Amino acid sequence: MCQVCARDITDTFMVERETALLKKIDINVAESEKRSGKNTVNMQETYTVYLIEIRPANAAEGGLPVGDSPWRRYSEFELLRTYLLVTYPFVVIPPLPEKRAEFVWHKLSADNLDPDFVERRRLGLENFLIRVASHSVLSKDKIFYQFLTEEKGWREAVLETGFQDKADSRLKSLSATLRVKNPDKSFTDLKQYSDELNSAISHLLRVRAKVADRMYGVYKVHGNYGRIFSEWSAIEKEMGDGLQSAGHHMDTHSASVDDILEEEEHYADQLKEYLFYTDALRSVCRKHELIQYELEMAVLDLASKKQQREELTTGAVRVFSLKGMSSKLFGQESPEQRESRLAALQQSIQASEDAVLDKNQECREFMRMSWEEVKRFKEQKDRELREALISYAIMQISMCKKVGDNMGTATCDPHHVTRTM
Amino acid sequence: RRAIWWVYIYIYIYPTIVYIEVVLTNGKPIETSSPASASSLLNRLQLDDDLEADTLDLYASTETRDLFVTVDDPKKHVSTMETYITYRVSTKTSRIEFDLPEYNLRRRYQDFDWLRMKLEDSQPTHLIPPLPEKFVMKGVVDRFSEEFVETRMKALDKFLKRVADHPVLSFNPHLNAFLTAKDLNKRQGLALLTKVGESVKQAAGGYKLRARPPEYCVMGEYLDTFNQKLGTMDRIAQRILKEQTEYLVELREYGSVYAGWAGSEDALTRPLEGVAGCVSTCCGAMEDLSEGMSQELLPVLREYVLYIESMKNVLKKRDQSQAEYEGRLEAAVIRKQEEKTPVPVEVEKCQDRVECFNADLKADWERWQSNKRQDFRQLLTSMADKNINYFEKCQSAWESLVSQLQDDQAENTNETNCD
Repeated sequence: MCQVCARDITDTFMVERETALLKKIDINVAESEKRSGKNTVNMQETYTVYLIEIRPANAAEGGLPVGDSPWRRYSEFELLRTYLLVTYPFVVIPPLPEKRAEFVWHKLSADNLDPDFVERRRLGLENFLIRVASHSVLSKDKIFYQFLTEEKGWREAVLETGFQDKADSRLKSLSATLRVKNPDKSFTDLKQYSDELNSAISHLLRVRAKVADRMYGVYKVHGNYGRIFSEWSAIEKEMGDGLQSAGHHMDTHSASVDDILEEEEHYADQLKEYLFYTDALRSVCRKHELIQYELEMAVLDLASKKQQREELTTGAVRVFSLKGMSSKLFGQESPEQRESRLAALQQSIQASEDAVLDKNQECREFMRMSWEEVKRFKEQKDRELREALISYAIMQISMCKKVGDNMGTATCDPHHVTRTM
Repeated sequence: RRAIWWVYIYIYIYPTIVYIEVVLTNGKPIETSSPASASSLLNRLQLDDDLEADTLDLYASTETRDLFVTVDDPKKHVSTMETYITYRVSTKTSRIEFDLPEYNLRRRYQDFDWLRMKLEDSQPTHLIPPLPEKFVMKGVVDRFSEEFVETRMKALDKFLKRVADHPVLSFNPHLNAFLTAKDLNKRQGLALLTKVGESVKQAAGGYKLRARPPEYCVMGEYLDTFNQKLGTMDRIAQRILKEQTEYLVELREYGSVYAGWAGSEDALTRPLEGVAGCVSTCCGAMEDLSEGMSQELLPVLREYVLYIESMKNVLKKRDQSQAEYEGRLEAAVIRKQEEKTPVPVEVEKCQDRVECFNADLKADWERWQSNKRQDFRQLLTSMADKNINYFEKCQSAWESLVSQLQDDQAENTNETNCD
């Protein structure tokens, strides 16, 4: 539920509710619970699990749940997401809510077990699942459906897909980033944009935390007025009631900051989601670089083999090679040897040509599919962030109204405090 | 002359009775041990019908003002010896004590200080309103900054108005001189001597007060507690100003981050720049609020701290005057018993002094309480207004942004919005 306008979150994805999956089911991360157990290194730990409830879509409140209604912990969500990242590298995979509370201002707890944090995480996890279910490609994934519905055996199933083997190693990715010669310009631009967006949103969140901290300070000191007015009213006769009332309004004003900042956390969460989205964008860019790099390598490989063939057939040594050197030193090889080598080379070239064609195809496919994805993401981002900014502005308006009203009844109303003074 | 004393006593006793019987004692009449007890005084009053009419008129006329003073128009004067500020003091009056109906002249702080000293000396039984502080730390505060001069001028204006509104002080010849004389023949030296002389006189007296009447104890306690509360409020106000300043720093950066982000977007440029603009407006509004607080709230708190100091001095002097009377009376009674001499005139004069003092003090106390209520009511209302103003400015900025963005949205898409 959007806390500002009390709308169902799924309404935001009106366009995307068109997936077959969401037509069938409603997804809800209904509850959270604390569990204790032994972890992988056999140590006792406390962790939180979340209940995933699937019901038939548009059913009445009493609709029977679909599947096992599994309880999942955060690390299982992470596993699911990693699987999706590897399996669909051209998709901008929706992010999970933050692992640890960051960008906190002093009052907000950084403790993962804090109830407010758990509640916000619950909403974030639900949001994640709904976004995946709204995606035309991701929603069809079997493992995803199993995650939603099967209590036991999901972990084994996901590991059985062998996705971990398919994962590109970090080293390979890094090397590709450094050495790719002709990355597509739109991807370079995309990478730059995602860096800029990342930097802008993190800066924003950092400063917002400081602003929240300062604002809290201002409001809380006003609370001191409440106390002093109360003390002062005790020594006054005519002014006493007026001062008491003024003091009370000061207390109300001071206490209102808690609600204000609580509501702003929702806005911060929306920004955080897009901050984490930039990682998904960068992932797609990296995949492109990797494929492009592999294509370039395949092309180079083909070119060098053709070069070798030419040398072999014409006998001309264009480039220094050990073979050329040794044939100069130790005499030419026999025509039979040359013939067999040429044949082997020809086969190798054929394989290389196929590889280049395949890689080219893969590259083009990837670029086409991912570009569709990026377009969709951009449109979603523009729409949702615009809504978030409008909601933020509306929140500010309602906050100004509330505080202004409180002040107004305090001393501006001539029939209230001032007359009793 | 005696008649005038009765007039003054009548003016002050009437409200004093009300004050003592209703306000101070919660409706229960008390017996004071003071020689100037309300009931005994009342008994001694010889109410003349004509006098009554006059006194009623006189009382009424203190409410119909016939003396208006204003302090404004500060100007800097630079001379080889010094640089200082003068203020225009304008007077409009119909009183016969003034030769002309209007006066306009320039005075500097020194002149106000002189006036206050003269008033204190010549009217020791009255509460003289305070002046803004004389000395400011040269390094810390700029004596010629617009803000400082403005604040000081407002305080001087208040001081003069309070004096002019006072039924006794406003007739003081020194005030007249201050408002009308081209050159104030200040004779600072003499004033100093008078002050020293008086304190010497009092020290020489060395009378100890036996029993202070409870109403003055109550006043003293009230002043101490109120002083303490004022001090706390001043500290709170300063703290709020400090927090608001730091909040402002962060808020400015917050706005600029939105503006920076807008640069790397296209569809989101307008909303982001819009938010940056709103935040900037809020910053301006907060600046105004802080400025208003520091210019209006802090000076009033400080003024009342000084006022309390003055009032405490007056209470002390009253105690001393009562102590002297009691001392002399005791001595005289003993001598009377021993030597069969009548009570000397000295003692009677002392008694009169004490009675006048008490009457003046109570009247001034009442006036001060009323001023205090008015001042603080106005102050709290003004502070609340400033705060409301701040939130209204912010609210309207955000509202215009929302309507602008929603218009844009309506143009571009058909989606429903959060309302």
